[in-house]
Amino acid sequence: MLTRSLKDRLASRLMFLVTFSSSLIVFLIALALYARARPILTAKPLGELIFSSSWHPLKGEFGFYPFILGTLWVTALAMIISIPLSLLTAIYLAEYASARVRGVVKPLIDLLAGIPSVVYGLWGVLAVVPLIRDYVAPLMGRSLGFIPLFSAENLTGYSVLAGSIVLALMVFPIIISVAEEVFRSVPDGLREASLALGATRWQMVKHVVIRKALPGVVAAIVLGFSRAFGETMAVLMVVGNVAMIPSSIFDPAYPLTALIANNYGEMMSIPLYDSALLGAGLFLLLMVLCFNIMARIILRRVLREEW
Amino acid sequence: MDKRKEELIFQGLMIASALIVIGSLVFVLAVVVLKGLPALNLAMLTQTPKGGYYLGGEGGILNAITGSLCLAGGATVLALLLSLPIALFLQVYSGKSRFSEFARLSLDVLWGVPSIVYGAFGFTIMVFLRVRASLLGGVMALTLLELPIMSRALEEVISMVPLELKESAYALGATRLETAMRVVVRQCLPGILTAILLAFGRGIGDAASVLFTAGYTDSLPSSLFRPVASLPLAVFFQLATPFPEVQQRAYASALVLTIIVLLISLGCRLIGGRFTAHVIR
Amino acid sequence: MANPHISVHNLNVFYRDHHALKDLTVELPERQITAIIGPSGCGKTTFLKSLNRLVELVEGTKISGKVLVRGLDIYHSDVDVTEIRKRIGLLSQRPHPLPMSIYDNVAFGPRLHGLKGRQELDRTVEDHLRAAGLWDEVKDRLHAPASRLSAGQQQRLCLARGLAVEPEVLLGDEPTSALDPMSAQHIERRLLDLKENYTIVIVTHILRQARRLADYVIFLYLGELVEHGPAADFFNHPQEARTRAYIRGEF
Ligand SMILES: Nc1ncnc2c1ncn2[C@@H]1O[C@H](COP(=O)(O)OP(=O)(O)OP(=O)(O)O)[C@@H](O)[C@H]1O
Ligand SMILES: [Mg+2]
Repeated sequence: MLTRSLKDRLASRLMFLVTFSSSLIVFLIALALYARARPILTAKPLGELIFSSSWHPLKGEFGFYPFILGTLWVTALAMIISIPLSLLTAIYLAEYASARVRGVVKPLIDLLAGIPSVVYGLWGVLAVVPLIRDYVAPLMGRSLGFIPLFSAENLTGYSVLAGSIVLALMVFPIIISVAEEVFRSVPDGLREASLALGATRWQMVKHVVIRKALPGVVAAIVLGFSRAFGETMAVLMVVGNVAMIPSSIFDPAYPLTALIANNYGEMMSIPLYDSALLGAGLFLLLMVLCFNIMARIILRRVLREEW
Repeated sequence: MDKRKEELIFQGLMIASALIVIGSLVFVLAVVVLKGLPALNLAMLTQTPKGGYYLGGEGGILNAITGSLCLAGGATVLALLLSLPIALFLQVYSGKSRFSEFARLSLDVLWGVPSIVYGAFGFTIMVFLRVRASLLGGVMALTLLELPIMSRALEEVISMVPLELKESAYALGATRLETAMRVVVRQCLPGILTAILLAFGRGIGDAASVLFTAGYTDSLPSSLFRPVASLPLAVFFQLATPFPEVQQRAYASALVLTIIVLLISLGCRLIGGRFTAHVIR
Repeated sequence: MANPHISVHNLNVFYRDHHALKDLTVELPERQITAIIGPSGCGKTTFLKSLNRLVELVEGTKISGKVLVRGLDIYHSDVDVTEIRKRIGLLSQRPHPLPMSIYDNVAFGPRLHGLKGRQELDRTVEDHLRAAGLWDEVKDRLHAPASRLSAGQQQRLCLARGLAVEPEVLLGDEPTSALDPMSAQHIERRLLDLKENYTIVIVTHILRQARRLADYVIFLYLGELVEHGPAADFFNHPQEARTRAYIRGEF
């Protein structure tokens, strides 16, 4: 009898230990990256690292500005493409689609989430890049080229736009599934109340559901953003990887993640290089942590409130 | 604007968006199948790279297929061994405490960590321990990637176990551990299998976390301490060569990877209806 | 009372701030059927579950007072709670078979408590399935999943499962309310047989069931013990106005 309750208590301790140490992993990662990034952080002022454009590791110059901007461009454009499409799809699934349609569409969206990033990257190389090179860039360049944002000087197709399209696809399932859950958590009573006042379905969605679900929608977008921000392989394969500050969506870019993936582990002989790359990793991690913590806290509030 | 017109416009936009989203999935799959199928043959699946393979010579990607299965398999086992106690602890033992809130948040946040960061972190640890790129390193990095996915999925299925079912075990004098292991786990078996498949699928597709930690090799996996090849990296490296024949093989490798992922997701659907003989509804 | 099996002294149960049981003091007679009656939400389930310490699984419950089972205070900190629950079986409102075969359901408890041999297990399973009146219906499919049984059969399986740990007290929380009349009658008959050997406490909403089964009756109202006594006195000469009203169906 004693052994049974003893076992129970031992198991409880053990499980607690596993849980506790697993929840420290995030901190451990941050700490390890910080420890390795310290040499560069002490050698260079933070301002120079972030705002200098001169990236010459051999000369000991580590300006991350072009890479940070590369990441921002690609991510921002991906979100511009993804947000409206994902939110409209989520509203459709939560408010309009019949159970049968949902039953077909949701597994497909889960599938979209399951496709490996290299496969998206390959798709980008095989389909998106040629499409941009042969059609989109020349067409837009000719018609809208006078606007710097659309000037098509890069003729390869490997561009910010290609990276963003690939990323947008990868972000769809995240925003859609979180937003759908949030929409569905809006109590039916509110819906009925507004329908009973003679609102059309869309008016009901616009005035009641979206307003009520707004924090959750923001959280969904933030989660999608942070996913796009940290994505590596797929982007690396299609953005061109040229260390320049993009000024047009057809320009190539070189996001931070691609920088790490392309160079880390190979250039250990150059002093500070390795430390600089881990510093970039730390920066990515901290950004993503902030976004995630924010989004999760919002989601907890939103989803719990309604249950 | 007329409210009926607005309704129609927005319904149209929504359906169009849903179609674009689904269409893009079809587009991706179509490109991978159309490009990959012609390049796929038996030799690809049954041979390892021979001399001159990356110049267009004989051979296949058996090294990458087996390597990926070992990497993802090992990581899934480790992740299960860690997440089952986590999920049971959070659901059966601790209930709603500050600590469990913290643990959940922390695991959720871990989910969001980019896989390149797992890779870099793993590599840092390996340098520290003087381990070189190896199966072991890759498994560790992938375990970190799979852990939050699996523990969340497990927690979700375990939370669905009716309270009364647990009460009936307690009422017979079962301890929490006995209730957890003999009743809760059995009741959740289909969900646990689904979680395992889900995590395996994520693990097998991830490239960035194995890039530095697992390395790449032309031979079959032989030891925990040797580098292993993996399918995602096979796609990546072969695509980067300048030879069309080798690039074709990248397409075939991507197709193999996609088929594995599709089979896994199909498996998840099938499990929904199987292994449920004993499950109490 | 000559020899109470369970005596409850000043029992209070709180769910967070909700005071669900208010200072209950009562004794339950040995080898008799005690029925707990009262309107919905008055604390019947709570009372029952505080007799085998299942209440404490609900988060935020506070319990004070004493529950003595044959003189042993089950809330004392030295007491092994699993041992208490083994001594006091529970039949819940809806049947909750465990996710395993019929055989394993009945063998679950004995196995937990250390019974190993195949033959002993076989015998226990058969004995208790017989005691629950289920043996003839399931003897050919002992290894089929319990989930395939009908609700009435499942409830009898739960009875067999509860009996198999050889408890001294059997608690039932409206054990027939989810069953069809035939199955309900079946369970009632079992309970009458079982009171030869067990002290039985059941919650019921059906006054007629209480009259049919009970030797002793406890009436709860809004968490308070209003009246208790031998069934004949209770039903024929209720002392309290609230009891009379309840028996007349005025709630
Ligand atoms: N888990 C809980 N958390 C908070 N309050 C609870 C909980 N369970 C029961 N209560 C409250 O305690 C009171 C007694 O509940 P209990 O379930 O014991 O009533 P009951 O007499 O069994 O009712 P019924 O006849 O409907 O089964 C009720 O007011 C109920 O709302
Ligand atoms: Mg009740």
